[in-house]
Amino acid sequence: MAQAELAHGGHEEHQTTTGLSHKKLLMWAFLGSDCMFFGSLIATYLVYKNRSLGGPLPEDVFDILTTSTSTFVLLMSSMSMVLAYSALTRGNMNGFRIWLLSTCIMGATFLGFQVFEFNEFVNHEVHFECSHLEDLTKFERTFADRCDGTVDEVFIEHAGLTPRTNLFGTTFFVLTGFHGGHVTLGVIWLLAMFFYSLRKGGITPAKHEEVDLAALYWHFVDIVWIIIFTVIYLFGVFPGF
Amino acid sequence: MTTLGIPIPKRPIHPTGVWDWLTTIDHKKIGVLYGVTAFFLFLTGGVEALWMRVQLMGPEADFVTPEVYNQLFTMHATTMIFLGVMPMGAAFFNFLIPLQIGARDVAFPRLNAFSYWTFLAGALILKFSWFMGGAPNAGWFGYAPITGIEYNPGNGIDFWILSLQVLGIASLAAALNFIVTIINMRAPGMSLMRMPLFTWMSFVTAFLLILAFPVITVALIELMFDRFYGTNFFVTSAGANPLLWQHLFWVFGHPEVYILILPAMGIVSEILPTFSKKPLFGYPVIVLSGVVIGFMGWMVWAHHMFTVGLGPVANSVFAVTTMAIAIPTGVKIFSWIGTMWGGSISFKTPMMFAIGFIALFIIGGLSGVMHSSAASDAQQQDTYFIVAHIHYVLFGGAIFAIFGGIYYWFPKMTGKFLGEKLGQLNFWLMFIGMNVTFFPMHFLGLDGMPRRVYTYSEGMGWDYWNLVATVGSVVLALGVLVFLHNFFKTLISGEEAPGDPWDGRTLEWSIPSPPPHYNFVQIPTVSDIDDWWHRKREDDSSLAPVAGSSEDEHDIHLPDPSYWPLVTAVGLFIGAYGLLYTLNIGTFTGFPLFAIVGGSITLVGITAWSLEPVNEPDSDH
Repeated sequence: MAQAELAHGGHEEHQTTTGLSHKKLLMWAFLGSDCMFFGSLIATYLVYKNRSLGGPLPEDVFDILTTSTSTFVLLMSSMSMVLAYSALTRGNMNGFRIWLLSTCIMGATFLGFQVFEFNEFVNHEVHFECSHLEDLTKFERTFADRCDGTVDEVFIEHAGLTPRTNLFGTTFFVLTGFHGGHVTLGVIWLLAMFFYSLRKGGITPAKHEEVDLAALYWHFVDIVWIIIFTVIYLFGVFPGF
Repeated sequence: MTTLGIPIPKRPIHPTGVWDWLTTIDHKKIGVLYGVTAFFLFLTGGVEALWMRVQLMGPEADFVTPEVYNQLFTMHATTMIFLGVMPMGAAFFNFLIPLQIGARDVAFPRLNAFSYWTFLAGALILKFSWFMGGAPNAGWFGYAPITGIEYNPGNGIDFWILSLQVLGIASLAAALNFIVTIINMRAPGMSLMRMPLFTWMSFVTAFLLILAFPVITVALIELMFDRFYGTNFFVTSAGANPLLWQHLFWVFGHPEVYILILPAMGIVSEILPTFSKKPLFGYPVIVLSGVVIGFMGWMVWAHHMFTVGLGPVANSVFAVTTMAIAIPTGVKIFSWIGTMWGGSISFKTPMMFAIGFIALFIIGGLSGVMHSSAASDAQQQDTYFIVAHIHYVLFGGAIFAIFGGIYYWFPKMTGKFLGEKLGQLNFWLMFIGMNVTFFPMHFLGLDGMPRRVYTYSEGMGWDYWNLVATVGSVVLALGVLVFLHNFFKTLISGEEAPGDPWDGRTLEWSIPSPPPHYNFVQIPTVSDIDDWWHRKREDDSSLAPVAGSSEDEHDIHLPDPSYWPLVTAVGLFIGAYGLLYTLNIGTFTGFPLFAIVGGSITLVGITAWSLEPVNEPDSDH
């Protein structure tokens, strides 16, 4: 009986109440739930913004140019994901594979940037010249009283930022870390789909929904990053926020 | 579906005995598993409560130490909320939703099995804490920073965190499944405004679950990172704000109380029309007020925090929203009374529990409106008055409705009636016991007796009502024992029940009791609210038959059972402990053996899950 199979089979599109497949609805509901997850993490970050008792603070460690680059790469990966899905629905399997692999590579590149950035933050150093005491950040100014002749005119001090350093470190690493975890999961998912598509009958235009689901997830993770980049990075560096 | 050359064990085709239960993906069996497990855990929570009542029977008792008392009240509340009421609600969701919407199973049967086994894993992690160095001791709300490593160095809080995280996965999986099932698997003609009320309230509950649980998940992650990895989320010496936990917890915690009560309201809304022989009074209004309660549940969380100093503006706003939530609740209560009004009421046990629910829930609702006033709440906060309130709404409310639901649907689940005489005795013992236990707590609270104290001195004037409450709790326990007696007696020699024993109104009564594994021989076409009721009265031969013949039973294909939901949940169980326990091998310390083993099992489970076929080719159904 057809209706029994519709509940569980892969070809249920035309037989559900809404016409949408179960998996598609599941993904949307899950993403709604995930919004609350990231919303709570971002809320925690905002509650603790400017409440750290010591540095380093966002203006000490953030390098907007680097992060803008990685953000650009991640956004482009969303575009290549769209192109991959479009190629699949048009039956262009090679185009699909190329764009899918590009998406994976760009996602991995973003993760590479994140690893680099975390590493930079953990090994952050304060470069200090006692002859140039202007343009210092609040945190760097705490070093200024050392310029009383007891230290060299120029010194470098290790002042790393870890999740244990201050509230900024705690909230920043946990929020961006969970986002990075989501991206990692996405890359694994897309890679699995890429290898699956190399096998005969693994991914076919008829099974485009499998790819559509991963694409939905991927775009969601990108959108979350746009919010993180704006609220944490841009608002963290430019004064007035 | 291809298996990609990876060898995956075949799906079990006709498992028997224990294997049948371990691998089942039938929503009805999963519902039974949920129900039986949750009822057992409800009993353990009850034992914890009785233990406290014995300690508080008289002043200066030393039946338990203060440390154990702290663990008892924490475990009692956590158990009752997460392991008792919620999963008993889930038992009804599982068993009833597909039957009420005319489907053969849920949208994702294996995910459903997975959510049960994960729930069991979370329950075991919490309950095993008694034997693994001490149970959690900081209340079910686990306020940080008292749950921080600095003030609470034992492992109890760790077990509490891990257990709630695992239970969160289970709830999320189940809720996502039910949302998709209700949206997408309704029988033809079953529009949203023709859905049975229980399904409607479950629908709202499922949305509350998927939106509220991520918030507690984040709070628990933050606390866990503080405890395990030394972050500063709740470390006040690093500038952390202890109110952060309270906000996150209650943003989850208040929707959570509607997660507990909405399914109960759904159950009552099914029982009342059936035993009044009248349609539900104001069906669309009851649906709407349930949805409104679901929305407004998000706007009232800070009424749990009236005394922390949020300021008069915040307190006023949350007082007003809290009072406003009484409106949709009141609408429901009047509609239920309107349903009974002028009906030909039959006072069978399910009806008694439903009426008991209304009476007790009104009392709990009224005391709730009392402490929605911030000024009044300042006097009541952390006193036994609140304990009285919470038990009137959750015991008098949720548990009474659940018992009513058990008596109502037991014939459908098993094909046998629970004994009516024992049922009445069960009801009256619980009803009297409940009031004798919890009503005096109003007096104790107004007399100033604080919550969560392990004892009190003689001259406080609290002796009498505490003794009364303890006596009441014994009566209550007797009521539950009568239920257990009734349950086992019925299983052994109960009266056989037909498919439609109560002259029911909704689709689950149109099929035999117990339902066949495929539920409906032919998916019904729905044309009314209370479709089955109308069908029975219209006598229209053009309507498709929904019950009876099983001539084309062999043409119905359902997916085969599966090992992997269980395997995945076992992996999560081991992995959760792995976050806590590491091995030290020689100089190499902190080797996360359990995390690796658990993670690997989960990975294998998920992989095999996603690759196995829906049916083995040689299975015959």
